[in-house]
Amino acid sequence: MGNFEPVIVAFCCHYCAYTAADMAGSMRLSYPSNVKIVRVPCTGKVDTKHILQAFHKGADGVYVAGCLEGDCHFKNGNIKAARRVARVKKLLSEIGIEEERVEMITMSAGMGERFAQTATDITEKIRNLGPNPVKNIRDGQKQPA
Amino acid sequence: MITAERKPMEEILECINPYNRILLVGCNECVTVCAAGGRKEVGLLSTALQMAFMKEGRTLEVKEITLERQCDPEYVEELITYIDQVEAVLSMACGCGVQEIARRYATKPVFPAVNTKFMGASERQGVWSERCRGCGDCLLGLTGGICPIARCSKRLMNGPCGGSTKGKCEISPDVDCAWNLIWERLKALGLEKKYEEIMVAKDWRPSWHGGPRRIIREDMAE
Repeated sequence: MGNFEPVIVAFCCHYCAYTAADMAGSMRLSYPSNVKIVRVPCTGKVDTKHILQAFHKGADGVYVAGCLEGDCHFKNGNIKAARRVARVKKLLSEIGIEEERVEMITMSAGMGERFAQTATDITEKIRNLGPNPVKNIRDGQKQPA
Repeated sequence: MITAERKPMEEILECINPYNRILLVGCNECVTVCAAGGRKEVGLLSTALQMAFMKEGRTLEVKEITLERQCDPEYVEELITYIDQVEAVLSMACGCGVQEIARRYATKPVFPAVNTKFMGASERQGVWSERCRGCGDCLLGLTGGICPIARCSKRLMNGPCGGSTKGKCEISPDVDCAWNLIWERLKALGLEKKYEEIMVAKDWRPSWHGGPRRIIREDMAE
């Protein structure tokens, strides 16, 4: 696990987190390359199935980054996303996978620093959790006892 | 609609544990509307089950299909193409759908993935509540369109009982007293007199008390 580099999928809202990622770039802030960004028009567009599918395909962690509460461009997409994340957490724990592997985060477009910090924190948290147990099987590796 | 809720994952996993190839069948009718067993739920459960198997170092092949109606033989017939390729069937329809598959494919094990709950209506997004017990002798015309059989905890025919407080039932402050609702509704309709009429003891024979029921339309039945 020493060399474990997690793969993290971040579903980022075009109006906030994705722009914040851009901002982080403009500010020359570095964040781990483990985070793979998927731009979405609104986090309300992220379905429970998309998140679960990411884990099924081998992601070690997933986070959904939407607008601050009350700031959604589509009124309440971020609230819906938060509920879906909660549902995925429940589903994951039902099949014995740590629910901490998925998180809902909120930020505004101007929060470049928060974006970089979140990416770093989540990468570190997932690194400590270790690889997604499903990925181990998918890659034909042995499951740690 | 007939409402349902997904069974706990542990119970589903226990059912399909001996198998490696299953057919996961959803239904496009009631269970889709109550978000328990439509195409989307089939996709989610399929992925979750596959992940649970992978975690144990096993592989689960899942063929997903959502039928128009699982309680009708002509739609269940569509499974004929896949049935021989799988070891078992997991159904996300109500109990009627599960039984229809069991009847049609006599040698294939079939398991329910949902618990069928009740005949109900959408209260608001994500909330469904019981409205009908299928008693076979509808009395909604006498009670202002509110069913005391399905909605009164005691199924009282002449309510309310002493447990009705501020319009709520004594079993829970979240449950409306059906007889309070009936009274308010009759009042709004100017039909208070109906409330005064004493209802005689209900004949339960048209309900399940007469054994499993059946409807035969002679102009249609072959």
